[in-house]
Amino acid sequence: MEHIRTPKVEHVSLIDRASPRKPCVGTLYLTASHSIFVEHDAERHRETWVLHSLVCLVEKLPTTPAGCPLLLRCRNFQVFQFIIPQEKDCQDVHASLTRLSRPERYAELYCFSFNPNTDKEAREEGWSAIDLQAEYRRMGLPNHLWQLTMANRDYRVCDTYPSDLYVPKSVTTPIVVGSSKFRSRGRFPTLTYYHRDNHATICRSSQPLSGFSARCLEDEQMLQAITSSNPGSSFMYVVDTRPKLNAMANRAAGKGYENEDNYSNIRFQFLGIENIHVMRSSQQKMFEVCDLRSPTMTDFLWGLENSGWLKHIKAILDAGVFIARAVAEEGVSVLVHCSDGWDRTAQACSVASLLLDPFYRTLKGLMVLIERDWVSFGHKFSHRYGHLDGDPREVSPVMDQFLECVWQLSLQFPCAFEYNERFLLHLHEQIHSCQFGNFLGNSQKEREELRVRERTHSVWAHLWMNRADYINPLYRPDHSQTQGVLRPATAPYCFKFWRGMYCRSEQVHQRPPTVTDVLTTVREESQQLEAELSAQQEVPRGTAHPPVLSCFLMMCKMEIKLCALHCIFYLLKCRFPCHRGEPESLLQGVARNKLKSSDPDLSTNSDQESGVTDLSCLSPSSGEDSVKDPDSDEAAYSTA
Amino acid sequence: MEFAELIKTPRVDGVVLHRPFMPTVEGTLCLTGHHLILSSRQDNTEELWLLHSNIDYIEKRFVGSLGTIIVKCKDLRIIQLDIPGMEECLNIASSIEALSTLDSVSLMYPFFYRPMFEVVEDGWNMFLPEEAFKEIETLTDEWRLSSVNKDFGVCPTYPQLVAVPKAVDDDTLRKVATFRHGGRFPVLSYYHKKNGMVMMRAGQPLTGTNGRRCKEDEKLINATLRPGKRGYIIDTRAINVAQQAKARGGGFEQEASYPQWRRIHKAIERYNILQESLIKLVEACNDQSQSMDRWLSKLEASNWQTHVKEIVTTACLAAQCIDREGASVLVHGTEGTDSTLQVTSLAQIILDPCCRTMRGFQSLVEREWLQAGHPFQQRCAQSAYSNSKARLEAPVFLLFLDCVWQVLRQFPCSFQFNEHFLVLLFEHAYASQFGTFLGNNAAERLKLKLPQKTVSLWSWVNRPQEMERFLNPLYEPNNLVIWPSVAPQSLLLWEGVFLRWNRSSKCLDEAYDEMVHIIEYNKELQSKVNALRRQLAQLETGDGLLETP
Repeated sequence: MEHIRTPKVEHVSLIDRASPRKPCVGTLYLTASHSIFVEHDAERHRETWVLHSLVCLVEKLPTTPAGCPLLLRCRNFQVFQFIIPQEKDCQDVHASLTRLSRPERYAELYCFSFNPNTDKEAREEGWSAIDLQAEYRRMGLPNHLWQLTMANRDYRVCDTYPSDLYVPKSVTTPIVVGSSKFRSRGRFPTLTYYHRDNHATICRSSQPLSGFSARCLEDEQMLQAITSSNPGSSFMYVVDTRPKLNAMANRAAGKGYENEDNYSNIRFQFLGIENIHVMRSSQQKMFEVCDLRSPTMTDFLWGLENSGWLKHIKAILDAGVFIARAVAEEGVSVLVHCSDGWDRTAQACSVASLLLDPFYRTLKGLMVLIERDWVSFGHKFSHRYGHLDGDPREVSPVMDQFLECVWQLSLQFPCAFEYNERFLLHLHEQIHSCQFGNFLGNSQKEREELRVRERTHSVWAHLWMNRADYINPLYRPDHSQTQGVLRPATAPYCFKFWRGMYCRSEQVHQRPPTVTDVLTTVREESQQLEAELSAQQEVPRGTAHPPVLSCFLMMCKMEIKLCALHCIFYLLKCRFPCHRGEPESLLQGVARNKLKSSDPDLSTNSDQESGVTDLSCLSPSSGEDSVKDPDSDEAAYSTA
Repeated sequence: MEFAELIKTPRVDGVVLHRPFMPTVEGTLCLTGHHLILSSRQDNTEELWLLHSNIDYIEKRFVGSLGTIIVKCKDLRIIQLDIPGMEECLNIASSIEALSTLDSVSLMYPFFYRPMFEVVEDGWNMFLPEEAFKEIETLTDEWRLSSVNKDFGVCPTYPQLVAVPKAVDDDTLRKVATFRHGGRFPVLSYYHKKNGMVMMRAGQPLTGTNGRRCKEDEKLINATLRPGKRGYIIDTRAINVAQQAKARGGGFEQEASYPQWRRIHKAIERYNILQESLIKLVEACNDQSQSMDRWLSKLEASNWQTHVKEIVTTACLAAQCIDREGASVLVHGTEGTDSTLQVTSLAQIILDPCCRTMRGFQSLVEREWLQAGHPFQQRCAQSAYSNSKARLEAPVFLLFLDCVWQVLRQFPCSFQFNEHFLVLLFEHAYASQFGTFLGNNAAERLKLKLPQKTVSLWSWVNRPQEMERFLNPLYEPNNLVIWPSVAPQSLLLWEGVFLRWNRSSKCLDEAYDEMVHIIEYNKELQSKVNALRRQLAQLETGDGLLETP
């Protein structure tokens, strides 16, 4: 609270980027956790909530006659531009938000103050909703080939790994310890995914400390044990997800990659995913493209190419496809590593798991997958997503890329995923917002030290509670597309620009409904109709009664039916206030619902640039004539 | 039969057919006057029936005595035929080449095709100009149908009947025709019911370098303005292109002569630039072995998406002038047969909900493309694979369909027809058993006696059993003007056409079926509930009767 210099500023304008000449005027409030903009318009009374921890940049632009513009860039790629009448107020808000959006200690994070009104039991239940032991059991472990090792109890061997890990049955604690000493940060090879159909596995680790010639007997034994715990194959793949050049450079620092000669029966392969710095600057370049005001097609396509973003997404998906093919089609186990084994390795392993096992394409399954491959295996969430004010070189969109791979796959297999785009966007936001404790810190150990289970809430319970919002209407568990291994095409033209993620601007109500929106509405309606119909069929049909009684029963029945029908009509009315095809009505409904829920920010994923809007800035520059449209900024669909 | 001499080898056995995403088939290849047929003579394998007119280009290769013909089709598909025997292969290849480039229209397949279905509603009579005008007549009396072009003497590319301002007589029209490119004097293209504003189209004015004027032309277009109101002239050429046109006798409306009109120039490309763009795009889509950088750079270099953006933007501009500014609009480029039609027809899709229905869209294609004199036969003679130097070929209509697809994708519930219908129109514009897209204008179609000698595409499409495939299950009539986004990230590559043969569509088709299933199930439930309601109403009245005595 001490950082808030001005809790309330009046007569602030919020600029909609699509129609900059029609700002809404209102009051800006600063609270400990949010900036809240309340529109003055008596009819709409819309509120815009921006979580401080989602803000990544507060920028004061040069003062204009209208006032001082203040730009908030958010980690979920939303941008808000306010105009504050008084310079002084603007300075105060700027200073307050700059400080508030860069917490210095974990204790300042929102998750420690966020209280969703649930009791202690509900909170604990929430934390146990995703249980990794159950996940290993689901995969069929432990079994006659794989066992739980005690070696990392109390994080004795590796403090960035979870305490419960699976290794081949023949691997003893000394082998684990020996191997861990030969691996960066002690991250020894351990199981992440077990393919029940053929016993092939995906294992992960960090790079070996091989330098130019070093060897480690225990590490060699470890890999040998992994190979032999797959009875179906006489060799295993060792996959280094880095470009070959990077891996070779690491040898000079005493690290590097496995020498095929030293390990029996391995086949070594580089997969060429770039490092976190390349990815960070690539995403930055892509944002610059998205930020262009009225770009031409050439600006856009050239910028997209130049950013290299889709190339990197393809590299990650290609890596996943390689691993999944080895496991499912060749029946060969794969050991995956990069440098430390917590970024590219997590990406490659989780994409491969997603391709291999339909479970991870369910809502629950994706939660489990993220909990296993990312949270438990020590992906450095707080560093990568800048939860605390720290080294900007540690920040990188590693998880963004994984979520994007999922989205790209969902384009190719529209019926295969139980969750929809909204779920991925929401997940992305939660990873950055620190509203829940799941993604705090950089390892399981840190989270235990922070006592997140006692002091914060779990995001999984929250997402699960709202799961109706996240269901892909086209998903059917029994659909052939849902079964088995996914074999995506990875030709360059299969990769699309993720507009829903990267072009999120402020207002949603101008966007026409998408196919998913419509189908979701129709499906919900069908479910309600089903419920009503089955309720009616339960009413007994009696005719063998005396006339008076039967008449009475008939009246009773009628009343029930009337009641049910009223319900149905009421529901239909709610669903479709006017025409179903009219974009506005539907989406305002969505927007309203969203405002009520705890996360007001998600309702705003759209690009509402309309032809009309763009025209105002596309008038020919050769300029003999041009259309000057006084209200070309008007909401495009208000012409009704 | 006159084709016989072109077919040296009518039949070859043991030919192997390779098609994208389909199993290879071995069978007998037969050539007929209009088709290339491959049949395996087994019951359960699909046969190939390919119209010669669909073949854009062929390549021959030989390995020993095994010849291979790669057939590149106008619908962008590429198939491969392995033919044993060099002589057979050469004969087949030369026959295909000859048969796919017949120069006489009357030898084309539509003149030989006999429908296997009963023509219930003749497509040739479905969208007559007088019918289309009837509706406008009920709304306004400011326009009339003129038969000044009855013998195609005033404008060879216009239909016999055109809608013009009532205040302008036929003599004036004849004079205006001499002042407009190709005699294409301004005619009514669209009447906006909401505010009575209109969109007209024409050829460029023939001002030449010395700024010729034509009082009748000024009178004609001014007759469409309300007192004190201004109108907009949208010239689909960049200002420098329009300037250059003066040297060739063309030009644009000078402010001094048309003080009540504001002129706006937009740069929509024409002819060979579009054709080259299509060739580059298809080449990029067919290159399977490229990196992401190469793909994006080729996609960009093809400029196809730029053309799409430019056309949608210009159509939005025209629609904006009419709907928002309450002004009338005149659209023209040079001839008024290409970019002009792209703009006027797309603007109608944006403005008029009728054009988004199945019939309304057919009517739009008929009115704004076929009767308006878009030279389909010239433009669609070759597609993306042709090596011959394109002179008149250009994917103008394909670009229009692409733009419609973009709007459809952005407003998935506002169209009664689906993407398949747009793809169908693309295919039939380039090669068809129907006569609809033959000829270059109404005069040619009349001369060829197409309505008497060929079947109309509309006759076939509008049969309930065919139409079903082309209906959009999500359609809910939307009476609003729909404003598409023209931001580059909102305009996608039309995969349904350009990647159609390069990726398996199985999963996407399944998703479509699932969507249909969801909608149909909902309808079923709705009708059950409605039935219950009726039952209830009966019970209610029945009870009322019981209680009254």
